[in-house]
Amino acid sequence: MRGRVTARAPVKASDTLHFALRAATAYPLRTTLMMLAMAIGVAAVVVLTALGEGARRYVINEFSALGSNLVIVLPGRSQTGGFSPINAITNTPRDLTLEDAQALARLPMVKRTAPIAVGTSEAVWRGRLRDVTIVGTTPDYARMRRLEIAQGRFLPEEAPHAAVAVIGAKLQSELFGAEPAVGQILRLGDRRVRVVGVLAPFGQGLGMNVDEIVIIPAAVAQAMFNSNTLFRILIEASEREALGAAKTAAEALLKMRHDGEEDVTVITQDAVLTTFDRILSALTYGVAAIAAVSLAVAGILVMNVMLVAVTQRTAEIGLLKALGAESRTIRRAFLAEAALLSLVGAVAGFLLGEMGAWALRSFLPMLPAQAPIWAIVASLFTALATGLTFGMLPARRAAQLDPVTALMRH
Amino acid sequence: MALIELVGVCRRFRLGESEVMALADVDLAIDAGEYVSIMGPSGSGKSTLLNILGLLDRPTAGSYRLAGKDTTTLGEDEQAQIRRQTIGFVFQSFHLVPRLSAFENIALPLALAGVPADERKARVEAALAAFGLSERAHHRPDQLSGGQRQRVAIARATIMRPAVILADEPTGNLDSATGADVVRLLESLNAQGVTLIMVTHDPALGQRARRRIRMQDGRKIGDEVR
Ligand SMILES: Nc1ncnc2c1ncn2[C@@H]1O[C@H](COP(=O)(O)OP(=O)(O)OP(=O)(O)O)[C@@H](O)[C@H]1O
Ligand SMILES: [Mg+2]
Repeated sequence: MRGRVTARAPVKASDTLHFALRAATAYPLRTTLMMLAMAIGVAAVVVLTALGEGARRYVINEFSALGSNLVIVLPGRSQTGGFSPINAITNTPRDLTLEDAQALARLPMVKRTAPIAVGTSEAVWRGRLRDVTIVGTTPDYARMRRLEIAQGRFLPEEAPHAAVAVIGAKLQSELFGAEPAVGQILRLGDRRVRVVGVLAPFGQGLGMNVDEIVIIPAAVAQAMFNSNTLFRILIEASEREALGAAKTAAEALLKMRHDGEEDVTVITQDAVLTTFDRILSALTYGVAAIAAVSLAVAGILVMNVMLVAVTQRTAEIGLLKALGAESRTIRRAFLAEAALLSLVGAVAGFLLGEMGAWALRSFLPMLPAQAPIWAIVASLFTALATGLTFGMLPARRAAQLDPVTALMRH
Repeated sequence: MALIELVGVCRRFRLGESEVMALADVDLAIDAGEYVSIMGPSGSGKSTLLNILGLLDRPTAGSYRLAGKDTTTLGEDEQAQIRRQTIGFVFQSFHLVPRLSAFENIALPLALAGVPADERKARVEAALAAFGLSERAHHRPDQLSGGQRQRVAIARATIMRPAVILADEPTGNLDSATGADVVRLLESLNAQGVTLIMVTHDPALGQRARRRIRMQDGRKIGDEVR
């Protein structure tokens, strides 16, 4: 025998791939069909997850606009830990004070703080009388709540004890009607304050209707109510990531300032946001799973198309065997073909999906539709895995063909 | 030692209830370098015999030694390797891969044997030149005449320099002049030392072989050497 000794299945991977490529391009209709199926599956995943992710980002952005970096300090310990004998004995909540707010503002991860003192009083102007909620705070409050000024200005930085007031939009129309409110003297209980500004309409927020409040300097409010106690302290963290650290630091600082008593409660708006985030992420996973079904359908199509290919090319398979191709060589050639078509289809689908996401972004600019990386990677991987899995049966069938019978089919 | 040695080879096909005895108790020894023609009526078992010689099929009974080695105990992959290295097939219907050019068809066995691309190119080009096909290197089979197709098939069968060429009615689809050309081509390969075993229906062509085997009903009924 003149044959040389060679390694088993000596066919080079590049040759297998090239052969598969030639086979794929030789049947353009079949190839296009298969790639289209894959492309639609992947595009569906990309577009739908882009939509879900867009919705998630939209909600997060909206919350951020409302001040999602906010930490809120309440006096008193919320009884979440159940009954505690120590609490029972020592539970005499200490007041939250203006000094507490100023100390909190000096924490490194805190951008600014706003104390809030709340009380009710009656507001009188030229005999018109109305019960109002009075909020005593500092100029930073407007920035933290993102309040907009319609007329005049907000509380002055330079005069924390000035007898001035900023009033809500609804109050302005009810008390002053068409007359300009800025510059007028308003009577609050037994004190007189000068109106320096009117808020733009705002709506409900932090448990009160901002359109009906009167905002005065915190020190003036405390004097008016004859109390040192604050209703809340708002803390704005320097960034979203620092929220947790700011909360912990605030708790520690207040405990120290209050002689080791944990007599305040610190909460974040983040908790609500996290819930929303979870729901919308689940939604994105859900639509991704639904879209993945179309990939499975594509896989079944791949299988059928490849089975047809095996039937079409039976004589060719017989020939390859006669030329000395091992079963695994033929199996690999057909698998490579399925993988190649799936992969090209998947990449086409990815581009298609990105175009779809781009179109969504153009039509709905407030929805930042952008498929998350995990969805893109997963869909490409799934497409390839589907192609290989569903290509397995046809490839095995091809490899197991009896060469004599296969050669006779011509 | 004979290159090919069949002893008591039988090949039965089961067709539902009935059985067909395609080969019945065939003894045959062929030496390296021989030129053998196999003739006989349709259904006499010529193709079955050739398929067994080419390790595409296994005998139901009997033994087949190729170059002294018992082939019946070999696994699929080992048989494939022997086909790759030792045997070249030429078929009546050419069996070229339709989407591949003449060059690529001839290069197929080299790729299957893992021959590096540059060596492959040199060998295929040499073969194309030797078979007068250089002009047709990049034509697909449907752009070639029947005679050219069979020349491509023969170039492919010989590119691995096999010890044996098995041709099953290689002229069956060709007119007589072209068929004669193809046979002369095969004979020239035999003159270079390749063992040539050819099935044919054409008595004139069959007579050209030095050794002529006659088959009937799966049996070898004649075996004459000129
Ligand atoms: N795969 C098969 N299944 C069943 N019977 C078969 C099979 N292959 C061949 N036979 C039978 O075996 C016998 C021999 O067939 P074979 O193809 O070897 O004949 P042949 O001499 O080559 O004929 P021809 O000259 O027509 O090509 C025939 O009766 C045929 O019907
Ligand atoms: Mg036959």
